[in-house]
Amino acid sequence: MLQVISLLVENKPGALMRITGVLSARGYNIESLTVARTLDPTLSRMTIVVDVDARLRTAVIKQMNKLLNVLQVSDLTDSPAVSRELVLLRIRTSQEARTAILKEAEIFGARVVDSSLEGFAIEATGDTEKMDEFINVMRSYGDIDVTRSGLVAVSLDPKKLRLSGPVPAGMAAEKLQLTDGVLNG
Amino acid sequence: MATLMSGAKILLECLVREGVDCIFGYPGGVTLPLYDAMYENPIRHVLVRHEQNACFAAEGYARSTGRVGVCCATSGPGATNLVTGLVDALMDSIPVVAITGQVSTGLIGSDAFQEADTFGITRSCTKHNYLVKNIGDLPQVIHEAFHIASSGRPGPVLVDIPKDIFQGQAHYVPVSSIHLPGYKVFTEGHTGQIRRAAQMIWQAERPFVYAGGGIVASGASAELREFVELIDAPAVNTLMGLGALPADHPNFISMPGMHGSYAANMGMSGSDLLIALGVRFDDRVTGRLAAFAPHAKVIHVDIDPSEIGKNRAADLPIVGDCKRVIARLNKVLTETAPAEAGRNSEARRNWWRQIRQWKEEHPLTPAFSTTEIKPQHLMVEIDRISNGRAIVSADVGQHQMWAAQFIRFNEPRLWLNSGGLGSMGFGLPAAIGAAFANPDKIVFAVVGDGGFQMSIPELATMANYGLNVKVVVMNNGYLGMVRQWQSLFYNNRLCAVELEAFPDAAKLAGAYGFTGRTIESPADLVPALQEAIREPGPYLLNVRVSPNENVYPMVPAGAAINEMVLGPPKPVAVPK
Ligand SMILES: Cc1ncc(C[n+]2csc(CCOP(=O)(O)OP(=O)(O)O)c2C)c(N)n1
Ligand SMILES: [Mg+2]
Repeated sequence: MLQVISLLVENKPGALMRITGVLSARGYNIESLTVARTLDPTLSRMTIVVDVDARLRTAVIKQMNKLLNVLQVSDLTDSPAVSRELVLLRIRTSQEARTAILKEAEIFGARVVDSSLEGFAIEATGDTEKMDEFINVMRSYGDIDVTRSGLVAVSLDPKKLRLSGPVPAGMAAEKLQLTDGVLNG
Repeated sequence: MATLMSGAKILLECLVREGVDCIFGYPGGVTLPLYDAMYENPIRHVLVRHEQNACFAAEGYARSTGRVGVCCATSGPGATNLVTGLVDALMDSIPVVAITGQVSTGLIGSDAFQEADTFGITRSCTKHNYLVKNIGDLPQVIHEAFHIASSGRPGPVLVDIPKDIFQGQAHYVPVSSIHLPGYKVFTEGHTGQIRRAAQMIWQAERPFVYAGGGIVASGASAELREFVELIDAPAVNTLMGLGALPADHPNFISMPGMHGSYAANMGMSGSDLLIALGVRFDDRVTGRLAAFAPHAKVIHVDIDPSEIGKNRAADLPIVGDCKRVIARLNKVLTETAPAEAGRNSEARRNWWRQIRQWKEEHPLTPAFSTTEIKPQHLMVEIDRISNGRAIVSADVGQHQMWAAQFIRFNEPRLWLNSGGLGSMGFGLPAAIGAAFANPDKIVFAVVGDGGFQMSIPELATMANYGLNVKVVVMNNGYLGMVRQWQSLFYNNRLCAVELEAFPDAAKLAGAYGFTGRTIESPADLVPALQEAIREPGPYLLNVRVSPNENVYPMVPAGAAINEMVLGPPKPVAVPK
């Protein structure tokens, strides 16, 4: 079953590899993955769609949460969230079909971003099913090339971000007594 | 006050600030600047004979003390040789910091001489890893590495340092604090859950304590002991937890699992409340998971939230450090005991009667013979001579299981073994690491004739440093554990398990300049062990034991743990 995972991660080398490693080590195939900076440029927001055995969904979340570069993980599969995909589509078409294509694009709320004698480049956003449909409809008018962004999602039920505070450096052995005091929030 | 220093010196300065007194390592091209800086540094560098053993030795140091073990290797082959040790430390949650050299930053990615993608290769072999690209980051990274390795659920951390970072100069400012916002460690446990745990414990009729390596890692032995006495429940220590509760404690049953005792496995299976403390329901303990402890509710205490519910659902999870959580639980139990303790006294008495009966029906019984040394006999004599005080570092195989069954450990950190990964070749180098950390203790490396031959180069390290390591080879002429499986489950079609051409122990040890000896008669066993201990420094004792002995009890793969095979099939009496 497809699981939608949203992560807030430190923008550091290797962070992506660690996160996808949790999935690839178990042989899971990633359907889509998007990542980009947040308002804070040291952090990135990532949305992963992956086919995970339903019983192992919490295990995957816990494993990701354990990674040092991961500040927060949420499973958006069954929780209130908005998710969208961007589709960039190029269509080559005959002169006669041009008007019909523009009509269809309008129905899907899509925008023409380039127009030439051969055809159009169109951008559309929507949830995955709607984008599947959009692509199907366009395919009936001519040859198409499609680039999809993969899903980006935002939770509508924001969890409080719990971060650890600084700790003294040096003599690691003596710090084993640390308590939950390191957590703020 | 900032002083201009080389990256190599900065690294060593940080190690000193972390209290490091000893590094197990092996030099090479890109670590030359580091070794040059070590020339005049107080930290002792121990030259092992193979990088894998540098990591195992660092583990032995860490396992026997609880402090972070440090190992060091050059780029490329040096770093790849560390991999087995890193995974070993990861599986058993052992705090290790590995420093590897890397080709200069400008050469990374160019297939330079001795370049390997150490950062990529070790990503899944470590708790966390670093590639240092700026000399300014070095102090921060080193202190983070030690903090991560030793806190929370401990584990190995690798820091890959390019040669130009070692050579570069920077103003060194000591780091006073580190900040890892995404590193979440929960130690105290949830107060409400702890109260509920106490209630469940008082309500239980057949409570059973299942304690493991987490107790050792958190130093919770005293708390565990108090807990077990407060609730007067039978308790087992897993292979990783042996010594956590003293073997001589009246509530201690033994080790559970594939080669655990009858009473331990029946106790788990019959219990109505399993109190799991710092354990991970490993398949070698649970047998067929679906049939494991079928009547039990589970209280699971672990510092790693991802362990909870991973294999067995917990009826009451508590995320926290065993030491803190058990101490807090003991407090609640002490407060509530006057009102609650007597609640199920009748049922509890019956439970203990049942446990004792299981113990008496099928105790762990060593085999003895007057003509040949039985492997169990060897372990019994090692137990007697070490009397709960020696460090015993085992390798992997039959000897490891017999050692776990018959050597009693009354303190934690005396029993060292590769539990999760089961890496042959672990025992001897881990003993070396333990010997450096415990110069006043006797350290036995109890190894098989197979695993020993994976570690032979380290005899030179033992000789070189005059270490108090007594190597006892349980020589059955076979890769015994594999032979056992071939014989029990593959119709005794023995394939690739005969270990011919074992070297002459006296000549082998003699070649390194210390005493070695081979014995095969039971009468020689005790005198030989005594001689091994009497003689200062290293010793190699090769003990020829009966070759065809199998380890029992045994839970066959896929069976429930109460479906143990207790011994070899009895010969069928021929009718007259
Ligand atoms: C590095 C490694 N390779 C292979 C194995 C598989 N294995 C497990 S036990 C064993 C036999 C060990 O033989 P020996 O060291 O003689 O010990 P014995 O079982 O005879 O006591 C083998 C090959 C392993 N655990 N580790
Ligand atoms: Mg053997």
